[in-house]
Amino acid sequence: MSNGDLFHVVSHQKISERRKRFGQILIRGSFAVFAAIAGLQLLDAMGVLDLGFENWQPTLFAYIFWAASLTAGQIIVNGEMGKRVLFVLPAALFVISLTIIPLAFGLAIAFSDWNLSDPDGPSFAGLDNIRRLLDDSFYWNAMFNMLFYVGMVLVEYVIAFGLAVLLHSEIRGRRFFRVAFLLPLMLAPVAVSWMIGKSMLEVRFGPLARLARAVGIEDPAFFSDPITAKFTMEFMDAWMFIPLMMLMLLAGLQAIPRELTEAARVDGASGWRAFKSIVFPLMIPVSLTAIMVRIIFKLKLADIIINVTLGGPGGATDTVSSFIFREYRDRSNVGYGTTMAFFYLIIIIIGFTILMRVSNRWMRPYR
Amino acid sequence: MSDRVFRETDEDLAYKAKWYTSRAVIYGLLILWTIICLFPIYWTITTSFKTAPDVMQGKMIPFIDYQPAWLGWRSLGLSPETIVAESTVRDEFLKRFTNTTVISLSASLLAVILGSLAGYGLSRFAYKFGPLRNNDISFFFLSQLILPPVVLALPFLVLYKELALHDTQIGLILLYTLTVLPIVIWIMRDQFQTIPAELEEAAFVDGESIWGAFRRIILPIALPGMVTALVLAIVLTWNEYFFASLLTSTDAKTLPVMIASQTGSQGISWWSMAALSFAAILPLIVVGILLERFIIKGMSAGSGK
Repeated sequence: MSNGDLFHVVSHQKISERRKRFGQILIRGSFAVFAAIAGLQLLDAMGVLDLGFENWQPTLFAYIFWAASLTAGQIIVNGEMGKRVLFVLPAALFVISLTIIPLAFGLAIAFSDWNLSDPDGPSFAGLDNIRRLLDDSFYWNAMFNMLFYVGMVLVEYVIAFGLAVLLHSEIRGRRFFRVAFLLPLMLAPVAVSWMIGKSMLEVRFGPLARLARAVGIEDPAFFSDPITAKFTMEFMDAWMFIPLMMLMLLAGLQAIPRELTEAARVDGASGWRAFKSIVFPLMIPVSLTAIMVRIIFKLKLADIIINVTLGGPGGATDTVSSFIFREYRDRSNVGYGTTMAFFYLIIIIIGFTILMRVSNRWMRPYR
Repeated sequence: MSDRVFRETDEDLAYKAKWYTSRAVIYGLLILWTIICLFPIYWTITTSFKTAPDVMQGKMIPFIDYQPAWLGWRSLGLSPETIVAESTVRDEFLKRFTNTTVISLSASLLAVILGSLAGYGLSRFAYKFGPLRNNDISFFFLSQLILPPVVLALPFLVLYKELALHDTQIGLILLYTLTVLPIVIWIMRDQFQTIPAELEEAAFVDGESIWGAFRRIILPIALPGMVTALVLAIVLTWNEYFFASLLTSTDAKTLPVMIASQTGSQGISWWSMAALSFAAILPLIVVGILLERFIIKGMSAGSGK
C-alpha cells in the first residue's frame, strides 16, 4: 500500500485554556455518564438493584453520547488540528463499536452453554464447547467442504481469466458482452437459489434436467449423489461470482501498456508465447488480488446452500456458515454456534496470514 | 520484383483463414457464455408467464411455444386485473421491497459518508494513534473484509435482542454499513490518491480551512468515485440474506428473506415463484445495465496496484 502526498498541517490557532478544559471535561464527563448508566444497568441485570430497565438501550444512548462528545471534543480541544482527526475518527469508532465489542462479547458467549430457548439463560461451560467441536464430525465435514469450495476458486480463476482475455480482444459489441457477463453478479443469491437450484435443475421439468436427458443421462439427479451435489452447488456459486474475478482481471489486462505486447509481436513472439512471458507475469499482482477477494467471498458462502440443499445430502454440500446457521435455527444453540464461528475465524486468520506472506513474495515478479 | 507490391501469397491466405477461425472461436465462446449468463434470467421471466401445462411440457418461447398468461403476476397482485384491487400478497411484497430499499440505501449512504471521510483522511494526513500509523489503520479497516458474517451473526443476535434493535431497520442498517465500509474505504482511498494534493495546497494558500478545501474542491472531483462506491454498496446490501434472516422476524424483513421463506414451501407454484424472483432481481438488473460503468470501475479499483 502506497501513500499519497501527506500534508503536514501546521496551525497557529491559539486555543484558550478555558476552552481546552471545557473540551476535556466534556469527553471525560460523557464517559463518566456512560460508565454510570452501564454500571447501574449491570447491577440491575444482576439483580442487585431493581431499577426496572426494560432493555439495554439507555446504555446504548449513553455510549452514542460519549462517542459524539469524543468527536466534538477533538475540535474543542485541538481546534483546526483536531479537524483532521475527524476524518478518520467516525469510521474508526463505528468499526470498533460494531466489531470489537461484539467480538469481545462473542468470546464470552463462546465459553458458555447458552441455548436461547432455555429459560435459565447462559451458564459458564469452560472448554466444553471446544471439546465438543473437536469431536463434531459434521463440523469437520463442513470444514473439509470449505477446502473443496476454496480450492475450486482456482478453476473459477482460469475461466475468469479466459473470459477476460476474450473481452479484451478486439471485438464488436464489447459493452453488450460486458453487461451480459456482469449480470449474474447482480442477482440476489436467494433468487438464484430458486431460479437455478430449484427450478432449472428440477428433475422433472427443469430445462437443465431435460438437457441432461437429451444428451443421454438417464436419471439426472443433481442433488441426490454427494459428489454431484457438491459440484452443482459449486457451479451455481461460480456462475454468480466469476464476473467479479473476470472484471478485476479485465481491468488488469487493460492496464498493461499496448507497447509491451506490440513489441513482443515485432520480436516475433507468437500469441501464446507473448501471453506466457509478458502478459501473465504482469498479471500476477492483479490475479492474486482477485483470487484473494474471491476467497473472501467464498468463505461467506451460505445463502444458496441454506436455500437449495440445506447442506444435504448427508452434509455433502454444507459450508461452515450454513452449518452454524442451522445449528442456531434448529437448536437455538448460541454458545456452541459462536464457538464454531470463532474457531472458523481463527483458521481463516491463520490461512490469510500465510496467503499474504506467500503472495507478497509473488507480487513482485521482477525482483 | 513483381509489378504488384501487395499480393496475397499462400501464406497471406493462410493467415486470413486463421484470422477468420480465431474470430469465429472468439465470438462463439462469447455467445456461449452470454447464453450461460442470460438464460436463467430469461427462464425466470418466461416462467412467470406460464401456466401449469406449459411448465410440465417444458415450453420455452412465449407466443410461439405457449400463450403467455398473467398467472404468476396475479398471485403477486401485480397483473393488470389485480393491480387496482386490494391484495395482501402485494402489500406484503411492497412492504418487503420498501424495507430492502430503505435499508440498503441508508446503509450504503452512511458507508459512503464515513468511508469517504476516512479515505480522504488516510490519503492526506499522517496519523498516529498509539503505535498505529496510516498503513496500519488502512489495514485495520480492510481486515474487516475477512470477517465472515457468521462470526458476527450470533453475538449481534444476542446484543440486538438486549438493545431492542432486533427486527428493526436501524439494526440492519448499522450492520450493513459495517459490512460494506471496508470496500468503500478501499475505493475512496484509491480515488483520493489520484487527486493531486496541490489542489488543496492552493486552496490553503487562499485561506481555506481543511474542511472548506475538502468540501468545495475535493468532493466535486471525487464524486464519480463516490457514486461507484455507492452503487457497489447498494448491490452488496440489496442482496444480503444471511444477517437479514437471523436478525429480522416480522417488521424489518427484507425481500431476500421473503423469497427464501417462499422457496422453502413445496406447494408454491413455479409461476408465482418466478414472478417473485424476477420482481426481486429486476431493480439490480436495471442498475447493472445503466450503471455498469461505475460497477466495473469499482471492482477494478484495487486491482490497479
